[in-house]
Amino acid sequence: MTDTVKIKIDGIEVKLEKNASILDAAKQLNIKIPTLCHHEDLCVAGNCRVCVVEQEGVHNLVPSCSTPALDGMIIHTMTPKVRKARKDLIALLVSEHNTQCTTCYRSKNCELQDLAAEYNIDNEVYLSVLKPSKVDRSSWSIEKDDSKCIRCQRCVRTCAELQHVNALDVAYRGKDMKISTFMDLHMNEVVCVNCGQCIIHCPTGALTERRYYDNIWDAIGDPKKHVIINTAPSVRVALGETLGFPVGTRVTKKMVTALKKIGFDAVLDTDFAADVTILEEGHELLHRLKRVFVDKEKVSLPMITSCSPGWVKFIEHMYPNYLSHLSTCKSPQQMFGALAKTYYAKKKGIDPKDIVSVAGMPCSAKKYEANRPEMKSSGYNDVDAGLTTREIGHMIKETGVDFLSLEETEFDSLMGESSGAGVIFGATGGVMEAALRTVYEVVTGREVPFKNLNITPVRGLKGVKEATIKIENCVPAFSFLEGVELKIAIAHGLINARIVMDQVEKGTSPYHFIEIMACPGGCIGGGGQPIPTNCEIRQKRIDAIYEEDANMPVRKSHEVKEVQELYRDFLKEPLGQKSHHLLHTKYTKRNRY
Amino acid sequence: MQSKLKRVDFIFSSNEESKKVLLKTFRKTREEILDELITSRLKGRGGAGFSTGMKWKFAKSEVADQKYIICNADEGEPGTFKDRKILDKALFKVLGGMAIAGKVVGANKGFIYLRGEYKFLVPQLKEGISDFHKLLKNELDFDFNIEIFLGSGSYICGEETALIESMEGKRGEPRNKPPFPTQYGYLGKPTVVNNVETLALVMMVCQVEAENFKKLGIHDSTGSKLFSISGDTPKSGIYELEFGMSLIDFVEEFGDGDTKSVQVGGASGFCVPRKKFETTTIGYKEDLDGDSLPTGGSMMLFNSSRSMYNVLHNYLEFFTNESCGQCTPCRIGCQQLLKGIKAIKRGDKSEEYLKQLLELTDTMKLTSKCGLGQSVANSFSSIVENFREEMIY
Repeated sequence: MTDTVKIKIDGIEVKLEKNASILDAAKQLNIKIPTLCHHEDLCVAGNCRVCVVEQEGVHNLVPSCSTPALDGMIIHTMTPKVRKARKDLIALLVSEHNTQCTTCYRSKNCELQDLAAEYNIDNEVYLSVLKPSKVDRSSWSIEKDDSKCIRCQRCVRTCAELQHVNALDVAYRGKDMKISTFMDLHMNEVVCVNCGQCIIHCPTGALTERRYYDNIWDAIGDPKKHVIINTAPSVRVALGETLGFPVGTRVTKKMVTALKKIGFDAVLDTDFAADVTILEEGHELLHRLKRVFVDKEKVSLPMITSCSPGWVKFIEHMYPNYLSHLSTCKSPQQMFGALAKTYYAKKKGIDPKDIVSVAGMPCSAKKYEANRPEMKSSGYNDVDAGLTTREIGHMIKETGVDFLSLEETEFDSLMGESSGAGVIFGATGGVMEAALRTVYEVVTGREVPFKNLNITPVRGLKGVKEATIKIENCVPAFSFLEGVELKIAIAHGLINARIVMDQVEKGTSPYHFIEIMACPGGCIGGGGQPIPTNCEIRQKRIDAIYEEDANMPVRKSHEVKEVQELYRDFLKEPLGQKSHHLLHTKYTKRNRY
Repeated sequence: MQSKLKRVDFIFSSNEESKKVLLKTFRKTREEILDELITSRLKGRGGAGFSTGMKWKFAKSEVADQKYIICNADEGEPGTFKDRKILDKALFKVLGGMAIAGKVVGANKGFIYLRGEYKFLVPQLKEGISDFHKLLKNELDFDFNIEIFLGSGSYICGEETALIESMEGKRGEPRNKPPFPTQYGYLGKPTVVNNVETLALVMMVCQVEAENFKKLGIHDSTGSKLFSISGDTPKSGIYELEFGMSLIDFVEEFGDGDTKSVQVGGASGFCVPRKKFETTTIGYKEDLDGDSLPTGGSMMLFNSSRSMYNVLHNYLEFFTNESCGQCTPCRIGCQQLLKGIKAIKRGDKSEEYLKQLLELTDTMKLTSKCGLGQSVANSFSSIVENFREEMIY
């Protein structure tokens, strides 16, 4: 038996690995076969049927996504029979669809709309079988509009296969079949962690983020308000995609210009808060290690990062008895918010009640996080609105600025300066790398022993990564760590979080410190990022993140001047009283339904 | 008048004889039994008519630590009620067929997937299975365990891969094929799914032997077949008849003298109008002149008092509700057909729209994931083409 097969598609012979599908074969030949239910990240469903092709010797058409290529197959992808069937299938989907495309958030970024246009679908052919439904806006993060659902089940597979949350599933059958939640409950009442992976895997406008930018326009128009925005590291490497740049383009400084043009009073950098996070979280880790090694106390180890609000809600639902493992640090967004209405307000002499603090995020869970009841430590809503990369793209388009030709501007100050360590928060492994750059130096007085500070073992798209760093020649204060092999792990995508958490639950986790990000690839693959997002795109955004890091004059969080100033003038010290009040938080046990 | 139909009395014949047959069969090798079955040309009696021997052969050739035999008793096709009676009156033959399948394929575990509405049969089935287990153990020293799995009332779970999904605790939705259940079935293991009647007929092949079995029926439609006869007939009920009969003979015997059409094979089958009775044979296609129609055994007779529009409307409502909903052509296609014929009847769409709907059934047939969506076209096109005026006026 050979490991390759040969098939013929549209007259061209192609050699394939065994178990490849007809669709894989077509891709290899650059033959485009339309798909809807298919997504590179997910298992094959074969339920939309638009990818059907003709196989010689078989009467019925075969779905190219789920049909394995067998030696000697002869396939035709564009016969009249195929074309007619495809067109009919698309027309059927349109007949079940809310075709108010003009008012749809996903208009011009919709796979069904594209196909309907390509195949010139006549909406008069079939009667509408659209069911009346109500848009579910119960969640802070996710909007679910069944009238735009094509039942491809990509969201269901995402929620199960990538995230292992299973908040969405198929309910009912026949004409009533729909995507729903446990007991048809509202989205805010189920285990949904708001990660938004369903949104970026949805081909249409059925699942979108809750949009808040209209409120921001109002605030910007209000002369009494001081509207500031901080943008997360992953936004700058992905925003360009929504505005005509190729995937992986860094548009940091153009973005700042555009946001200024929109009317934000100050454009600041979430990376600043990421650097603060590193100082707080790094010291928290050292504090925990000290209590274990010196005071011989029972302290929860491994410590796990808490930057990703999707992950935080996941652990609250799925492992509620292990919340003590979470770092008490707020995420950079929330640290930024709390500091904006205290430190920033004080330094700038602005009444915090007049500050509108906006966060530009690659994330839908950040919207929920901003609205958590405990996130009011400044005395106000620390963050007034979390916007996704896509929403920011929309705002920029709405102003009509020509993004491609914009000049470049630096972030404003205060809280606009940051390090490369803050930037790499956007990629899986980044928080770990940033923390190590600082922690290692605090403990040993030397830089981490990696070329150009690039801790490559923690980088990359492997689901769970692990590394060990031996600590030697410590400074006296940390002599208790002499010779300790610091064991770390990184997981991204909640299915991988399960793997490391199951170890924690069993008591077999060998690690001291774990970084977990809810979304595959980390924030660059977040639920608020441009659509499409897939493996190739994630990699390009990650490359851009590390490029950005490499080009930063400061690469370590503790060396950022504004951060040093913050501690000197305001917080005094990491884990101090003020930090504790403003930058740390607590978590809530939740159940699974 | 002398009936031209040949009655057969096997399935409901004495179970005592069947026991001897089972003992005799178990003395043969797996290969001998399989040869016999393939020679008999026995075809699955669920309606699709796949060669039983070939199905077993595929499963036998798979290498696996575990294989399964599933008896499909999710009898859900409208107008079919034979399996209930077989399980009630001839359980031993079904269990015997399963054990033989287990021996041939190399499986030691069997399930009866019982339609939820047949729950009342469970106590007697359990008793029968328990006795059967004793017989296997004491007289054949064969390790084969049979369990009952109760379905939850979905029509689609009669489709073998949906049935398997349902048994695994998932939504009853058909799988992509390939792989077929004989390669990747229940819990990913090679699995043979056979209809109740098919398994009982395995015992018939073993009893009378392939050559004699083939003497019944015609061409590729060998042996006997149970028919569930309903509708406008004075003699509704279950009849075991020689396979391959002519529809005109059937109507002569079972019609009420005013038969307008016969729906062969239930809602997913074909409607035959009076003018085609003479040229239609009930059996499988190969080598037959005129029309030949396979059937799972449902024969519904309609007389001239019936509106074929209402019949079709009823079927389409059924499919609209019973489609699993996962694939586009079946889920939306069924709704369009139903909505379409209503619109034509009301005059909201012109009669030309029937042509569009017939084309839609072509798409459904060509692109649906499983037999349900593919076969909606059967009743739709055969009713619309033969009774067009009833659809419009």
